[in-house]
Amino acid sequence: MATFFGEVLSAYSRAVEEEDDDDDLDENDEDEQIRRELEEKREVHLHWSPEVSESLKSGNKLQCSDFILAVGHNAARFLSVYVLASANWRAVGHASVWNERSRAVTGQTSEESACVFYRHTDNPSVLICQATCYIAEDQLFQWTEKVFDCLQHRELNVTVLSDSSMADYKTADYLCTSSAPFLRSLHTGTFSGQPVCQSLEQPNIITGLSAAVLNHCQVHRIATVVYQCYSDIIGPDSVTMETYKPALTKLGKSIQLASSPSTDVLRKFVKTTDIQSNLYI
Amino acid sequence: MFISSDNSPPCFKDFTLVMPAVAVGNVGQLAVDLIVSTLNMNRVGYIHTDCLIPMAGNNPYATCKEDAEELHTPAEVYTAPELKLAVLQIRAPIIQTKSKKFRQLVVSWIKSSGFSRTVILSSSHAYQRDDRQLEGTSLRYLVTPSLLKVSADALKELGWKEMELVSAFPGLTDANTEPRLCIPGGGITKGLYTDSCSEDLPLAVLLLFCSEGDNIPDAFTLVNHLNDWLHLLDNPSQEPNKWKIPTSWSLLFGSGIPPALF
Repeated sequence: MATFFGEVLSAYSRAVEEEDDDDDLDENDEDEQIRRELEEKREVHLHWSPEVSESLKSGNKLQCSDFILAVGHNAARFLSVYVLASANWRAVGHASVWNERSRAVTGQTSEESACVFYRHTDNPSVLICQATCYIAEDQLFQWTEKVFDCLQHRELNVTVLSDSSMADYKTADYLCTSSAPFLRSLHTGTFSGQPVCQSLEQPNIITGLSAAVLNHCQVHRIATVVYQCYSDIIGPDSVTMETYKPALTKLGKSIQLASSPSTDVLRKFVKTTDIQSNLYI
Repeated sequence: MFISSDNSPPCFKDFTLVMPAVAVGNVGQLAVDLIVSTLNMNRVGYIHTDCLIPMAGNNPYATCKEDAEELHTPAEVYTAPELKLAVLQIRAPIIQTKSKKFRQLVVSWIKSSGFSRTVILSSSHAYQRDDRQLEGTSLRYLVTPSLLKVSADALKELGWKEMELVSAFPGLTDANTEPRLCIPGGGITKGLYTDSCSEDLPLAVLLLFCSEGDNIPDAFTLVNHLNDWLHLLDNPSQEPNKWKIPTSWSLLFGSGIPPALF
């Protein structure tokens, strides 16, 4: 496809199969083996601490009344600053995924810290997960199935905090930048509470891990609410993080929010990303 | 896997199923949107599968504030029992490596549900037409032998054009190469059609040659074409606005523009 200015672009089509090749005919054993091995490598793995895996093995799923999932850097750091820093939280497991964005030589540490599960030592019915790694489209469904397979579904409430760019938000009015960051919610049919913010308007949709969790919870009738934060700042910042605050104050009985985090804690998590811009050096 | 949204599973016996193929310009999906929103169809269940890219949103067919907050998923089944019509809407692309699995899932669900016939709404790249396909209408159809047995007269009356087979190597006259069915940009259309032929399923494909862009006019063309056969609405072509455009079609070209621009 050539554009107005003459440069040739590869045309993107929304159809899945560009050429209707007869994939059954020209696939040999070797192709299939490579495909199978690749699929195995892309599998999502959950690694639980010894005590959790022990109880899972004996058929006892994780007793959990609240599952809080943070997707993206701002959501995850919000939990680090306001929740995980203040009380006795212990890492009980992590998920590992391998895909096209995984670095060729990843040290174990970075992979392990990208999707971690925490439980409160005094109140183990609250489970927190921070997911900052990239989970590919074909891995989202599997991640959700595997994680929810470990949780007791009765009386389970799921809260998802998710980052998004304001560029992805569609509205008929022109959005002036002063309105950002803002929250929008989306909940399953069984969610009975009142979300703390406006519902996500059509034609906006959500994708990624929070959509996979919503899909799973909708068909399995688990009360779930997603709070999507639209921000116009790339990278973690304290203003965007604070936007999530009302979403968790609702869960006041099961979770303690630090009212004003110390600057030391904040400084640790809001890494100075502004240095990267060299426009005004 | 089909999961019912109510406690009692719906009955699809002798229903007609209409479903889109995720194809060029999403014409089939847009046409299905028009059917669901115009006929006020009820959601009866979900197709919950790892073959589709997850997405979620509020009610795409909302008519008032009260019904706007309702979660919708990538693949859902709607029915209009009085018309004996069921519709499967697919809102997300199929994961490339899983398209064969998705086809098998759809075929086995169609078989087990007892639909009397299935209609796939699809599209194909307009720029890949051969000389014969360039002539006349841009609409084509395909039927499996088992549907042809029961619908031959109706199809004859409609005077539709069947999808042409194209030669594998245009310009070469070799007796050994048989002309073949080719639906470029049609997604799983061809696979579903050939699977249905071998499984003896009564299935028809209605497709349109088009290009990517604003495909809303294409969706109207395709849905009116389907209506000529199934008579979902009476004379929609005389009253062009009889099809109801759903709210989710708004802002096709993005958000509002800054007023300070002018």
